[in-house]
Amino acid sequence: MSPALTEPSKFKSWYRKNDIAITPWLFLLPAVLFFATYVIVPIGQSFWISFHMWDGLGEKTFVGMDNYERLLGLGDQKMDRKFETSFWNNIKWLLLYLLAIPMGLFIALFLNQTVTGIRLYKSLFFFPFVISQVVVGLVFSWFYLPNDGLFDVMMSWFGIDIRGGVLGNPKTATYGIIAAGLWPQTAYCMILYLTGLNSVDPEQVEAGRLDGAKGFRMLWYVILPQLRPATFIAFVVTIIGALRSFDFIAVMTNGGPFGSTRVLSFFMFEESLSEFGFRMGYGAAIAVVLFFIMLGFIAYFLYQMWRDEKEGR
Amino acid sequence: MFPTPIQQRSHASQFSYQVFLPIALILWLLPLIAVMIFSIKPDGDFVKGNFWGLPSSFEFFNNYGRVFFASDMPQYLLNSVFITVPTVIGAVALSSMTGFALGVYKFRGNLLIFFMFIAGNFVPFQILMVPVRDLTVNLNLYDTKLGLILFHIAFQTGFCTLFMRNFIRALPYSLIEAARVEGVAEWKIFVYVVLPLMKPAIAALSVLIFTFIWNDYFWAIVLTQGPDAQPVTAGITAFNSQYRAAYHMMSAGSIVAAIPPVFMFFLMQKHFIAGLTLGAVK
Repeated sequence: MSPALTEPSKFKSWYRKNDIAITPWLFLLPAVLFFATYVIVPIGQSFWISFHMWDGLGEKTFVGMDNYERLLGLGDQKMDRKFETSFWNNIKWLLLYLLAIPMGLFIALFLNQTVTGIRLYKSLFFFPFVISQVVVGLVFSWFYLPNDGLFDVMMSWFGIDIRGGVLGNPKTATYGIIAAGLWPQTAYCMILYLTGLNSVDPEQVEAGRLDGAKGFRMLWYVILPQLRPATFIAFVVTIIGALRSFDFIAVMTNGGPFGSTRVLSFFMFEESLSEFGFRMGYGAAIAVVLFFIMLGFIAYFLYQMWRDEKEGR
Repeated sequence: MFPTPIQQRSHASQFSYQVFLPIALILWLLPLIAVMIFSIKPDGDFVKGNFWGLPSSFEFFNNYGRVFFASDMPQYLLNSVFITVPTVIGAVALSSMTGFALGVYKFRGNLLIFFMFIAGNFVPFQILMVPVRDLTVNLNLYDTKLGLILFHIAFQTGFCTLFMRNFIRALPYSLIEAARVEGVAEWKIFVYVVLPLMKPAIAALSVLIFTFIWNDYFWAIVLTQGPDAQPVTAGITAFNSQYRAAYHMMSAGSIVAAIPPVFMFFLMQKHFIAGLTLGAVK
């Protein structure tokens, strides 16, 4: 027989023998290639680009740590004012966004009943999460309109007048945007807790009742420990959501007024691709800083998941 | 059950719960209700400052007619469909394979690859932005739907793999062993044994990814530019500059842009929530 004919059959029998060893790699190959090209490699590239000056078209010029020195104010330079505002706004987002967790729990407790039509109520309460953040942002920016917006009208009932409207006033704008963001995020946490409450062990609740626990004590000592997985996921999605916030800011204020609502993700976008010119190197440096802020959380989440994985085995 | 079922409480509190429920819902959805009312108002109402009162005339057909026949909205909506559907198919296909590989086989590096997918999923988009945009430009795919689709598939595969792998993990392993004893080839086990059992996971992921991609804004403005390729989330801002300060038109446009995922959600609610709350219960 000619070798051309024996080769495939040889391959076939070899493949058959090693089927179990090879198959997972064949199944992984396309996704891993894709994921590496679009996610893993770009992370490294961003690090590399952050050491350069680059307009996105021409040659990159290596500038070492210059971008970071300018951004963080290392050495004898001052910290970039825009960076400072963005960073503190990110902190505000992080802290206030976490309110979505107790608020979601509260609504879930309120809705965890079996009355007629409760299913429809639950889905309608969840509604804000399904709508795109762009639309939610637009809706809230009309809600906040100076003088004509419902919020301003309601505030005037109490004699409160916010100059320039909520979004036009540098003191209130960021809080206005965070409130808009909390709306869908609370809905998300609510649905997580509703599912969690479904699987609470009724016997433990009964036992707790016999021991005289009720109301808040019951919630704290009996219910919440059982809701731990739901709380963990709510925590993960809320932190990630807070640090990713971009759509709301882009749609509602475009960073203004006077740059007071910038966050790192928006600042990065603005530096890299805006009318002020393409400063990709500087943008990449901002992204790297944001990445490191997030890395702390990511590492914690992954560690928790890794531990669950080991326990589950 | 916690809190105490309302049926075990006094009649008064049952009654007040029933009354308070719709009130709470209206308060919760107030911004949305306002926009719905906006979208059926005539232009004149806003000029006269009648923002929050009742519409002076019913302009539903007029306003929505203009969204569909006098703007680029239909084009943007179509773009969204042509971006979202291939992404859903691609991400679900790739992740059923990775889920199978990571959920069924024990091999060196299994957990490492799995955690690489999860970690990539948590990363801030911004760190990918410059290189991905550069890559897309170099591939001549800037401002094309394909450019967006390829990135979305790759990125969503991270989340989908987490989901699929955990789902396959929970399937009875004895089924696979039984097939192996019969001498069934591994790829056939995937196609004939595992895939049919994955239908609920595939349904859940499909609605979820549909919503995520439909609502994406960041990548839409990073990788595309005009009505030829931009999806509706990005198109709505262009639409709004066409109708600056015409709140009735902007609201109608926003509602049109928001409807497809809402529709999907109500159609496949059970699957959607199952997907979203993955891992929230043990």
